[in-house]
Amino acid sequence: MSLLEVKNLSVEFDTPDGPVRAVQDVSFSLGEQKTLAIVGESGSGKSQTAFSIMGLLASNGRVTGSVKFDGTEILNASEKVMNTYRAAQIAMIFQDPMTSLNPFVRVSKQMAEVLMLHKGLSKTDAIKDSIRMLDAVKIPDPARRVHMYPHEFSGGMRQRVMIAMSLLCHPRLVIADEPTTALDVTVQAQIMDLLSDLQNDFGMSIVLITHDLGVVKGSCENTLVLYGGRVMETGPTSELFAEPTHPYTRGLLHAVPRLESNEAKLATIPGNPPNMQHPPKGCAFSPRCGSANDRCVATKPELDWFSADRSRACHLSQEELV
Amino acid sequence: MSDTAIAAPDGHVETPTKGRSLWQDARRRFLQNRAAVISLFVLGLVCLVAVLGPFLAAWSNEEVDWSVLGDIATLGAPSFENGHYFGVDELGRDLFARVVQGTQVSLMVGIVGSLIAVTFGTLYGATAGYVGGRTDNIMMRLVDILMSIPYMFVLILLLVVFGRSMWLMFVGVGLISWLEMSRIVRGQTLALKSKEYVEAALAIGVKHHVIVIRHIIPNLLGVIVIYATLLVPQMILTESFISFLGLGVQEPNTSWGALISEGASTLQYGTYWQLFFPLAFFIVTLFCFFFIGDGLRDALDPKDR
Amino acid sequence: MTEFIIRRLLAAIPTLLILIIFSFLLMHSAPGGPFSSDRPLPPEVLANIEAKYHLDDPLPLQIWNYVVGVVTQFDFGPSFQYKDRTVNEIIAQGFPVTLTYGTIAFVVAVVCGCALGITAALNQNSWLDYFAVGISIGAQVLPNFVMAPILVLIFTLWLGWLPGGGWNGGQWQYMVMPVIALSTSFMASIARIMRSSLLEVMHSNFIRTARAKGLSARAILFQHALKPAMLPVISYLGPTFVIMITGSVVIDLYFTTGGIGQAFVNSALNRDYSVMMGITILIGCLTILFNLIVDILYAWIDPKIKL
Repeated sequence: MSLLEVKNLSVEFDTPDGPVRAVQDVSFSLGEQKTLAIVGESGSGKSQTAFSIMGLLASNGRVTGSVKFDGTEILNASEKVMNTYRAAQIAMIFQDPMTSLNPFVRVSKQMAEVLMLHKGLSKTDAIKDSIRMLDAVKIPDPARRVHMYPHEFSGGMRQRVMIAMSLLCHPRLVIADEPTTALDVTVQAQIMDLLSDLQNDFGMSIVLITHDLGVVKGSCENTLVLYGGRVMETGPTSELFAEPTHPYTRGLLHAVPRLESNEAKLATIPGNPPNMQHPPKGCAFSPRCGSANDRCVATKPELDWFSADRSRACHLSQEELV
Repeated sequence: MSDTAIAAPDGHVETPTKGRSLWQDARRRFLQNRAAVISLFVLGLVCLVAVLGPFLAAWSNEEVDWSVLGDIATLGAPSFENGHYFGVDELGRDLFARVVQGTQVSLMVGIVGSLIAVTFGTLYGATAGYVGGRTDNIMMRLVDILMSIPYMFVLILLLVVFGRSMWLMFVGVGLISWLEMSRIVRGQTLALKSKEYVEAALAIGVKHHVIVIRHIIPNLLGVIVIYATLLVPQMILTESFISFLGLGVQEPNTSWGALISEGASTLQYGTYWQLFFPLAFFIVTLFCFFFIGDGLRDALDPKDR
Repeated sequence: MTEFIIRRLLAAIPTLLILIIFSFLLMHSAPGGPFSSDRPLPPEVLANIEAKYHLDDPLPLQIWNYVVGVVTQFDFGPSFQYKDRTVNEIIAQGFPVTLTYGTIAFVVAVVCGCALGITAALNQNSWLDYFAVGISIGAQVLPNFVMAPILVLIFTLWLGWLPGGGWNGGQWQYMVMPVIALSTSFMASIARIMRSSLLEVMHSNFIRTARAKGLSARAILFQHALKPAMLPVISYLGPTFVIMITGSVVIDLYFTTGGIGQAFVNSALNRDYSVMMGITILIGCLTILFNLIVDILYAWIDPKIKL
């Protein structure tokens, strides 16, 4: 049985200009100690997917479908129930370590409160454990630094604190929402290495949300490509990268800059992500797709499992793609 | 032929779509704000009363109506029959005429006071911000020092020493509020000064005063307008405060604060209208200014755009 | 910390000097003032003034003497109106009254304002929120000199519950209306500031982190949200104090509490300059002191500010 089972997840927001569908019919599952990458441009609904698993949607958001954690339905569970899962079973690493740590509270307290709440530790024990965890994420001199405020750490160090904080209770699932976006390129690699090392040590599953395909390639068994709130393509990362079957995936892969390439101009996907207030009637990608035909514009393609572990949502056969 | 405008068959020349200027955009946003538009309308009515009131009043503000003086609590109540639409005050003078007079004075104090505050504050703040460096440092330190002086007390001291003239009141009330204004303008100027177009203008040798007039002031205008609007009710409040204490405008002149004070002191005789009418004008006008100020802020605030 | 306080106190010296010298010059040049000879004063009062100010001395020396008196002994000299009273006596009589109900009003405004703002923010767009927003808009146009007569009208003239004025040694019945009249508009302002600041904080990323940690709503509010949300309120407390102490003049006058504001207005009407100056300088000192306390409080809450 898989640890996380998401079925037909849809998220809708009530806005002054009418409802906005951010995520539609997203399904995936994730086994123990596995890593899944959710890839897409900004606005593709990947963060909202993560938030709805954690029950952290904004107050005007509504979510339908099913999220089963270890066989238990947790979607739309009460705050009280969700609070027993959060940090204890499912932890989250947020995108921006600059603003995601409370600037007014010492790191020691921000970390210790998690252990005091979920493990019932005393404050001194909780701080001792926190120091150990800071050491595990390779923060130098943790016993001294634990008593500092977040602004006294550098960006990369803050993200390490964030990671350490999420791992305190040894959760079985960690959702990392663009953990490296706000960091320098050199620090990005360190953080990704750290995450996979920690996964080996602690044995948790990871949902890695990113728009950076370079990050995905090395560290994730499976990949799910999201566009306009819908799943475009899924599959084992190596296969998906070797043989992308969806025009959007192909575009994404093509847009990854390569050192060995001699082209002067960076490849891009022409156009912009869809306005989710007025989504295209047919395939969400059709306005930007080079191969789109009338059918693509008129009806939405269903997700088609063309092999045991791969699926794609496209009307065109692979041969028809330009 | 090729350089003539493209004409539609009916001869109608197509005009290129014009970009909306900031002010057009702001006007559209302001007009969408219902509270602000209604407030503007009501404020217009209040101003109209201030201007046309003397022609509408059946009595002048100085005449004493001897026929009601003996029993103001019953005979002096608002009535259309004897021409005292708002009743009479405790001395038997027509309250409508008095309120009109008070409205003129209070609005005048509000507008003149905030004009003084805005002019002085803008000049001071823009100078400090544009010149920068040590000058800026000293000028703003001075503002800090002046900020911790209890102004109301100093203003009253001034009024007592130099006599309670209306003009001293205008200037004094205005000078209370320029400090805040100068801080805001300085901050904005500092931000504008580092904008690319100002640097570009400097680089091609445009003179400083031209830059200030062409680039700095027009961009400050939004902030200035918003704060000027929000300053007017504060000026009115300050003046009313001092007049309520009996230290402001002097008889036979009057203002809302003085009228409220008079009305408040005669409450126990049951002449509630003497408090009600000036108070109603005062509250309605303040509300209007606050809503208009908020509306302007929403309309001009670049954060929202 | 100590260094910060000393530095701030040193910075306050020019402010006070400007205030004292300005007031003195103002008094000195006042037409009809005690230093011009066109107003007959009782001989005892004149003698007091002469003893204190040495009117034959050159002006700078007079200023110097006055400043030294104020700084070293807090001595504001004799009254120009009453032959047997000094300014210090007049202040000592009225100040405790104003301080008593002023402090209560300040605490009421801050506590109720914060509570109202927090309730409104946590129940955004509920009737509680609309209620709180409604009163804070309404109270903007209800300054103390409007509140005072309205309160008297309701509680004294119509309901007959409370005495319409007086102090009576600070019995609670005499304090209720002064406190309400003085605190209402500040309570409203504080509520409005608290509401918008807490709303902003509650939408920030670190609150989302706190939720992701499984903390209860209560813990999130008290451990994470309140501190940052208090900062705008705290920086508003400085101006609040000044406007409140100014407002107490109206309260003292309207409710005849015998407080310092009444003494100020009386001396203004009687041209008793030395009392006016004394009170003005005293309030200047309090303002500076209070701004210092606010700054320390701010720095204590915000770890990014180092004292």
